Amino acid sequence: MESSVFFGLSTMAYFLAMMTYITYLAFRKQQVGVLATTLTIFGFVSQTIAFILRWNEFSVLGGMGFMRSVPLTNLYESLIFFVWCLIAGYLIIEFKFKNRSFGAFITPIAGLALAFIDLTGVSKEIEPLVPALKSNWLLAHVTMSFIAYAAFSVSFSTGLMYLITKTEKRNELAYIFWTVTFGIFAVVFVAMGIDMFAFKVAVKPDVFVQTYLFKTSFFNPSPIVKIVSWILGLTTLFIIWRYGLFLKKVIEKFNVTADMLDEITYKSIAIGFPIFTLGGLIFGAIWADQAWGVYWSWDPKETWSLITWFIYAFYLHGRMIRGWKGKKVAIVAVIGFTAVIFTYLGVNLLLSGLHAYGGME
Amino acid sequence: MEQEKNMTFVDRIWKFFASVKLAIVIFALIASTSIVGTILDQKAEPAKNIQILTKLFGESLAPSLYNIFDKLGFMDMYHSWWFTSLLGLFALNLIICSADRLPRIWKLVREPLGPLTEDNLKKFPMNREFIVKGKPDTVKDSVTDALKSTRFRFAEIKEENGYQLYAQKGNYSRLGVYITHLSILIILIGAVIGIRFGFKGYLNLPEGDVSHVAFSGKDKALPLGFEIRCDNFDVEFYGASDMPKEYKSWLTIIKNGKEVLRKSIVVNDPLTYEGITFYQSSFGLVPDGLNRGIFIFNVAPAKGQNSTINLRFGDTFQIPGSSVSGKIVNFSPALKIDENGSASTYANHMDNPAVLIDFFDAGKYKYTGWILKRHPQTWQLPDGNRVEFHNYWGVEYTGLQVRKDPGVWIVYLGCIAMSIGLFIAFFLSHRKIWVKLVEEKNNTRVIIGATANKNRTAFERKIDGSISILNKKQEGEK
Repeated sequence: MESSVFFGLSTMAYFLAMMTYITYLAFRKQQVGVLATTLTIFGFVSQTIAFILRWNEFSVLGGMGFMRSVPLTNLYESLIFFVWCLIAGYLIIEFKFKNRSFGAFITPIAGLALAFIDLTGVSKEIEPLVPALKSNWLLAHVTMSFIAYAAFSVSFSTGLMYLITKTEKRNELAYIFWTVTFGIFAVVFVAMGIDMFAFKVAVKPDVFVQTYLFKTSFFNPSPIVKIVSWILGLTTLFIIWRYGLFLKKVIEKFNVTADMLDEITYKSIAIGFPIFTLGGLIFGAIWADQAWGVYWSWDPKETWSLITWFIYAFYLHGRMIRGWKGKKVAIVAVIGFTAVIFTYLGVNLLLSGLHAYGGME
Repeated sequence: MEQEKNMTFVDRIWKFFASVKLAIVIFALIASTSIVGTILDQKAEPAKNIQILTKLFGESLAPSLYNIFDKLGFMDMYHSWWFTSLLGLFALNLIICSADRLPRIWKLVREPLGPLTEDNLKKFPMNREFIVKGKPDTVKDSVTDALKSTRFRFAEIKEENGYQLYAQKGNYSRLGVYITHLSILIILIGAVIGIRFGFKGYLNLPEGDVSHVAFSGKDKALPLGFEIRCDNFDVEFYGASDMPKEYKSWLTIIKNGKEVLRKSIVVNDPLTYEGITFYQSSFGLVPDGLNRGIFIFNVAPAKGQNSTINLRFGDTFQIPGSSVSGKIVNFSPALKIDENGSASTYANHMDNPAVLIDFFDAGKYKYTGWILKRHPQTWQLPDGNRVEFHNYWGVEYTGLQVRKDPGVWIVYLGCIAMSIGLFIAFFLSHRKIWVKLVEEKNNTRVIIGATANKNRTAFERKIDGSISILNKKQEGEK
């Protein structure tokens, strides 16, 4: 059996699960909830099988040992693995807290990530490894980094939900923060979606970002389209700010308390932070030392990992200061994840465009 | 407030540096300023960063912005005085903050547990109270039995009308934070030692050449204390593509004229000698390659013995046992032949080395053909002879990173300490439990109080599990 069959199955299962979780939220029928969980587990199992099969294909094709051929060497594979970790994390939370409400938040992230892969046409081909990636550190470094990213994305969703439930006034800083963050995420996603449908391009993601991103909207050559897009974008932000309190009511229906959200945010960071430190920073440094002879060279990827690390260190220490617990640290948790996204995607997609790395390396 | 007023100047400074608030301000400063260094190219030509600034802020602002950023040291910001001081401040904060808190925590860790009063027990966030049949003497054993799964080693004292059992576990877990803080200092010390006593350099060593120095920056020579020779360099490709699968250098270390070490290195597998490590990092063509290169052919005549021959550009060779001879007339490191049949070179690397040979039979010109190293089908000549192109030695150099870092082991030690510290700090918890047994009308009232500094719910579940075991046992005895 080919891995792609199982990947297809899991993508479908996650999309169905997403719809079922939303239905469950609306009608609160026990059977619907069980169905949603079953679909998610089905998707997870198919994805696990697919991952192992691809691992094996990779090992055979590259003619390398099994432990050295973990299929985590390009954006496509890493996104897939990120989704896998996220779903695993979600299932743990569902069983631990006996609460399905988060499913409606997590499965869309999984679905969107998979849709992003399909739409951008991120290369699905098995690519041979460049010499620098041929190392025993690949497996530990990359898997641990992604487990941490998944934990951080859980803390992002619960941190945002915490802010939504805890804020009441529109002129409150925390309220403005979450509506703007939420709004920017929504506007960026929609604008990117329009780009993809308008250009229907299957190019590498970095090329997409550098040549096509926001070209239908904010960076359009026509000044009229440009101005209209900016007005629409800002209007969306305003609407979310104006009617954001409605979301608070929705979340309050989910049976989730602010304390529980705070606890999940803290716990996922408490799991993500040590794993990120060890797998991302320390193993990354050891590997760099072996491959290039420098354990730390302040290159953008390293520096952004360090920025992420400092933001989560800020979160962990901020909790110890009186008056900071709660909303203030939840803001830090949300900012932390934007740094994670930048470390993972932004450095490769945006900064590489600025620096235009070339040549052999 | 009174206390604050009475503080001496030194106390105030101490308090300032020991505060968590300063720590998070430093975190925020390091994180936010670091961003600039990921956008501007560090240690690059000014033109490059002006170009980046133009992309971001437009042509009119770019030059003046460049000057401002340049004055502030942002063009090599991670080594600028202010970023280094920020890191120094971070270290100082770590030291003073830990020194301030450690004695208190150490006392807490070492402090033996003592019995508590009933009122105290009831104040714990985790407390349970229930009645068990039987006198405290017998109940005591079944209680310790039921609590076995929590793996506490209880101390017990006899009290007025009963007993008190108490125990703690994981008291050292409170030190995890300080191990982590210490590990950061160890890493910083290791880094400073590396910068102070080590060096970073590079060496582009052509095949066959020997060097006793490496280079850093603008061709500043760094003596190695021994000599290194590149015996051979080779690239292996994935199938017929130009994607390198592996590049390998065969190196020899020569000390006082004697060969002391031979090793072939690839990316991720360096060579270390006398504290200096050589990493495979790049490769390329030597500028005057054609003058120094040696073609290595294996010539197989249609009938007769194979033989290996070494030739230079322009040389003529004879295929043994035949009247055929060849003359090397052209070479391309990366040959491409388009649809029209015209040949060109497409890369400045040895991606597809090819040699053009004019063939003669008994001195009379017969034909000319390209022979490609990576394509054995081109080795066969129409007359049945074979010319196998095995190598063109001496025209490539191996690009080596050269590093001496006596601090790296300290950094690694710090990394290990950090892993241990984080594990203790995040995954182990300090748990304390007190169980008071009070006789009441021939029955025993059991009061449990417990605390945990982490994962309280799991601890609570464990205690409740033990209580239900106890209750079940009671019911069984009825």
